[in-house]
Amino acid sequence: MEKVEKEPLLSAKNKKLLKNPLGIDNPITVQVLGICSALAVTVKMKPAIVMAISVTIVVALSNMIIASMRKSIPGRIRIIVQLVVIATLVIIVDQFLKAFAFDVSKQLSVFVGLIITNCILMGRLEAFAMANDPWPSFLDGIGNGAGYGMILLIVSFFRELLGSGSVFGYPVMEKLGFYNFGYEDNGMMILPPMALITVGLIIWYQRSRNKSLIENK
Amino acid sequence: MKDFSNKYIMIFSVVMVVAVAILLSLTALLLQPKQEKNVEVEKKMNILSSINVPSEKSNAVQLYDKYVRESFVINTEAKKFDGVDAFTVTLRAEQKKLLAEQYLPVFVAVADNGDTLRIFPLEGKGLWGPIWGYVSLKEDLATIAGVTFDHKGETPGLGAEINTTPFESQFHDKSLFENGTFVSVKVVKGGARPGNPHEVDAISGGTITSKGLEKMVHDGLIKYEKYLSQNRK
Repeated sequence: MEKVEKEPLLSAKNKKLLKNPLGIDNPITVQVLGICSALAVTVKMKPAIVMAISVTIVVALSNMIIASMRKSIPGRIRIIVQLVVIATLVIIVDQFLKAFAFDVSKQLSVFVGLIITNCILMGRLEAFAMANDPWPSFLDGIGNGAGYGMILLIVSFFRELLGSGSVFGYPVMEKLGFYNFGYEDNGMMILPPMALITVGLIIWYQRSRNKSLIENK
Repeated sequence: MKDFSNKYIMIFSVVMVVAVAILLSLTALLLQPKQEKNVEVEKKMNILSSINVPSEKSNAVQLYDKYVRESFVINTEAKKFDGVDAFTVTLRAEQKKLLAEQYLPVFVAVADNGDTLRIFPLEGKGLWGPIWGYVSLKEDLATIAGVTFDHKGETPGLGAEINTTPFESQFHDKSLFENGTFVSVKVVKGGARPGNPHEVDAISGGTITSKGLEKMVHDGLIKYEKYLSQNRK
């Protein structure tokens, strides 16, 4: 009776934390964070999906850790504390990949380490975890990781399909016999600028469907 | 936000750093045996793949023991060093030594058809980082039986293609020598001339990796020139 009624784990507010980053608050297309790695790892789908999972794990856990420590973190060194937490988690993820998913860790090589510099992490820690409870922060991390991963997968799908003629390494174009008609893979899709243009097209599409995202002039 | 004293900030940082250090050392220590095992298995798989024996993570060690009969370390004068395990030699460290002091590992394998194959490790530079590989030569010590290449972090879809079968299989039956002179195998941009035994196609969009690979094959194998010439039948 005297207990304060607990907020359900997946209240409407918390569901929004999970859902918004997938659409109207997407870290890549709306917040424009984490573009750098979105260009680098989207040539093939497999590294993209592992990168997405790694980022989701790191952003969710670091959000939760920072949120639970937020009252004891001195404001003057909070950025350093955030970086230390992120760096620690990234190194642990990297070590685990090396031990249990050696092939994938070889493919991702330096990009796992570069999760540390991914703007989504610092952005979410500073903007959300420093002011919210651990559980919503955890959900916010999962949501943002998923939103990031979703764009990564869309971009890498088109880049791999058009650039290498395959999906997840499966040679679709060859099986469909496109090459017999003189079709050739577009080598330009493999280069980083095309990732930027693909992201741009996604942003264009999203904004044309949702006018509320367009800034007032 | 609350204001914290300098003392608190100092203690907070020290505790945080020590805690993180302990956590990371523990993770590294606990996972190290597994990681080293992965590296060893991968090396064995690479060596097996250079003699065209496909292997899986699970059977690489057994297959390696079955095919690779002997391994030893020589110098550029083709003299054997005693007491050095060829498998543990890291080429990156060797390349920093003077040429005459470098350990050059040789692995001897016997293929299913009874041919003796000799396997030579290579290490070089790609665009972003190290590239490495193994070349196996047939009994004439001039014709390539198979190769395998790998890289640390070449561009996916471009330079990273060096570790794919279409690229590696081009090296089969290419020849390192022309009339007794070492000429290596060239990686040619724009396509190798058909039928030329010393050329393979470069990777489009991966020029620097291709050039690095060509240099690696040349520089790595020329150190064995004396050994190859002496032991030729």
